[in-house]
Amino acid sequence: MDFDVTELPPTDHVAVGETAPDFERPLVNEEYWEDVALSALTDDGPVVLVFHSMDGAFPATYVWNEIDERAWADRLEVQLVGLSISTPYEHADLLADRGIDARLFSDPANGVAEAYGIVNDLDGMAGVSEPRPAVYVLEADRTVAYAWVAEEWPEFPPYDDIEDALGSL
Amino acid sequence: MTEGAPADHSAITLYRLQACPFCERVVRRLREYDVPFDSRFVEPMHSDRDVVKRVAGVRTVPVIVDEATGVTMAESGRIVEYLDATYGDDGRRRSADEAADPTAGGAD
Repeated sequence: MDFDVTELPPTDHVAVGETAPDFERPLVNEEYWEDVALSALTDDGPVVLVFHSMDGAFPATYVWNEIDERAWADRLEVQLVGLSISTPYEHADLLADRGIDARLFSDPANGVAEAYGIVNDLDGMAGVSEPRPAVYVLEADRTVAYAWVAEEWPEFPPYDDIEDALGSL
Repeated sequence: MTEGAPADHSAITLYRLQACPFCERVVRRLREYDVPFDSRFVEPMHSDRDVVKRVAGVRTVPVIVDEATGVTMAESGRIVEYLDATYGDDGRRRSADEAADPTAGGAD
């Protein structure tokens, strides 16, 4: 098959051992959304933070189907949260349509991706940027225990590696 | 339930719908009395408002839950009256921060 995977430029992103920048955004669950700080979540324990494409794009669906199937939240006692530039309404639909057991931050202005150094300017969508696909495993003090940031587009998270990282928290 | 209580959790939770004038009326009054509150947004479809039904027994918004007084209440008119009586100038409480006193009564 002939197809092109685009290489993404190098980026100076938040890395293992650093403290993940705190932020507050609407966090959507299956019933409502409210402003929640990342630090309020990590105060309760480890967090897996999944940056993904806007809801409706196939990578978002693929990533959540795979992660949901692995049931990390139940098996490994971590809090599973996602983040995309989609609105809370779209997040609510994604959770309901896919039956996903996670909560999703809404960041239409993409400021969180900027703070993490993982902005992906979308070709052919003028004025629209979103996070690169990325997965951060955060300890209770927001120390980054594991980080994966896409270097190609599209690229999918190394789920087994993430699971190993969660297992050794 | 999956949500944890945020660290800066306020005594009052307001269930609201974006751009709902009845909700804005309650928001205006809370701000007027400088009462801290947390907003929880629900969806336009009544059938998608299970959380409001569970909390308040209705699917309408606004609904407030005031942990300081134990009051859960729907309907903006009633809520505004409650806020006036509880947090207004002649109210029994001047701010939710002082609400730890269990001898201070809530509205009926």
